[in-house]
Amino acid sequence: MKYDVVVIGAGPAGMSAAIRLRKNGSSVAVIDEQHAPGGQIWRGVERNSGPVAEALGTDYRKGAALVQAFRACGADYMPETQVWQIEEGWNLFLTSGGKARRIGARVVLLANGAQERPVPFPGWTLPGVMTVGAAQILLKSGGMLPQGDVWIAGAGPLPLLYAIQLLGLEGRIAGFLDTSRKPGIAALTKLSGAWRDIPGLLKGARWLRDLRKSGKMVRGFHDLHAVGDGRLQYLEWQSAGERRKVKADVLLVHEGVVPRIHETMALGCAHEWNELQNYFTPRLDGWGETSKAGLFVAGDAGGIGGWLAATLSGEIAGLGIAKHLDVSFDAEGERHRAGLDKRLASARALRPFLDALYPPPTASIADEVIVCRCEEVTAAQIRSVAKVSAPDPNAVKAATRCGMGPCQGRQCGYSVQALVAEAHGIPPRDVSFFNIRPPLKPVTLGEIATLGDLEDAS
Amino acid sequence: MFKSVHEKPGKASDMTVLVNGVEIGAWNGETVASVLLRAPGAGRGSTVSRTPRLPYCQMGVCFECLVIVDGNASMQGCLVPVAPGMRIESQHGPREISK
Repeated sequence: MKYDVVVIGAGPAGMSAAIRLRKNGSSVAVIDEQHAPGGQIWRGVERNSGPVAEALGTDYRKGAALVQAFRACGADYMPETQVWQIEEGWNLFLTSGGKARRIGARVVLLANGAQERPVPFPGWTLPGVMTVGAAQILLKSGGMLPQGDVWIAGAGPLPLLYAIQLLGLEGRIAGFLDTSRKPGIAALTKLSGAWRDIPGLLKGARWLRDLRKSGKMVRGFHDLHAVGDGRLQYLEWQSAGERRKVKADVLLVHEGVVPRIHETMALGCAHEWNELQNYFTPRLDGWGETSKAGLFVAGDAGGIGGWLAATLSGEIAGLGIAKHLDVSFDAEGERHRAGLDKRLASARALRPFLDALYPPPTASIADEVIVCRCEEVTAAQIRSVAKVSAPDPNAVKAATRCGMGPCQGRQCGYSVQALVAEAHGIPPRDVSFFNIRPPLKPVTLGEIATLGDLEDAS
Repeated sequence: MFKSVHEKPGKASDMTVLVNGVEIGAWNGETVASVLLRAPGAGRGSTVSRTPRLPYCQMGVCFECLVIVDGNASMQGCLVPVAPGMRIESQHGPREISK
């Protein structure tokens, strides 16, 4: 089967682009890893109701209308499907239910979003330690609330949003380790007038005030350790010259989000370095097209902007792709008439402020800390190789297996880059990312063997 | 470690699944990785040192939820929705050639 457009990702950007392209009569396939559309932001939006939907907030519930429009738009929706290779031209190799296949496309749109920035610290591999985003996904997926002494450590809007959602369902948080620099997480609550995409910030302000009063809001600390025998039992940190220790059953960490770049990296697209947030983004033109003709990116995969910006950039990419497919299509006129640029500028208005308010952590990773969770490679091992090799993460990879496990560097990539930069006394931007090679996701020989004849491919 | 808001005394779960041979209630919309966080001792053993691990990201990028589902090893538990009677087994170390 050959489609006009194959979209990867059924979140805000992918769904918006698909709807737009179907209006133009293009044949569209949308591939997604999840079993239902909505992306991470709107996970379970078709199913959640009652108190859970209420606690998740109005922005969450807004997703239902877009998911409904997407379901009705006539795109071939392929859930629970992974893309493990993309060939220019374009051919996409997929696996689903243990079987592989190949589909063709005239244009590919990557709308595969973002992931939380992994920040290694002592004990981060212990059971009981996970990301705030993970806990929020659990809440959206089965209404799961963390039990026992629950601590949050991190910075940025998501921990506060999650805390508010949790409290709305009678969940409890033992304490909050605010890793942001001045003015801290509470500064977010002052934005409620201008920032309309996180309601409930005033509720958050009251909660933060109570937390501070009860002494469970910790600021200005360092050297956080998660400690336990086989699972998280305690947290330790250094504060005001003292070593503090508290009981903990669950620790949720969050230090911002970074775009997913494995696909554009593997395809050799040009990338740019985001100086404020220390991540790579594919270089895109005004329609979201990468340096490879016919390969587009929309949503957070092109730079973190949040769900509203993602829907708008998805629509813009949809118009750009329609123009790519048919030069007579008046994409500029449509773009202007729909006021997309104005709406996008408004959706992104606060982003530079947030990016500056919550810079990524720059603390050096302690030698004993596991950086590559898959292959269990420590910072010391990475440093020892980095010091005696060219400033290239791939040298570290070849010598230590760091980045060669199933996650393929999704967890350790930026940490290795930072350690290599540190060892050579150069800024991270001057160090490349791992070379990303297919398969983009693990695939078995058995699955590849099911490819059979490829008569459908171009 | 986690508990569903839908769990109420006297109310049956939406389904049951087997985790390492033990029945446990599960809820519509949950994934296998979510069940791993509620079932005692359901973590995996890491590939190199066999130290215990549990799911970390829940969104397909950390591979800490690799698990054996209905006999198929190295499944990403966070991408597999639960189904009634599903057999979930901990995976210790890398996938075996026969699974």
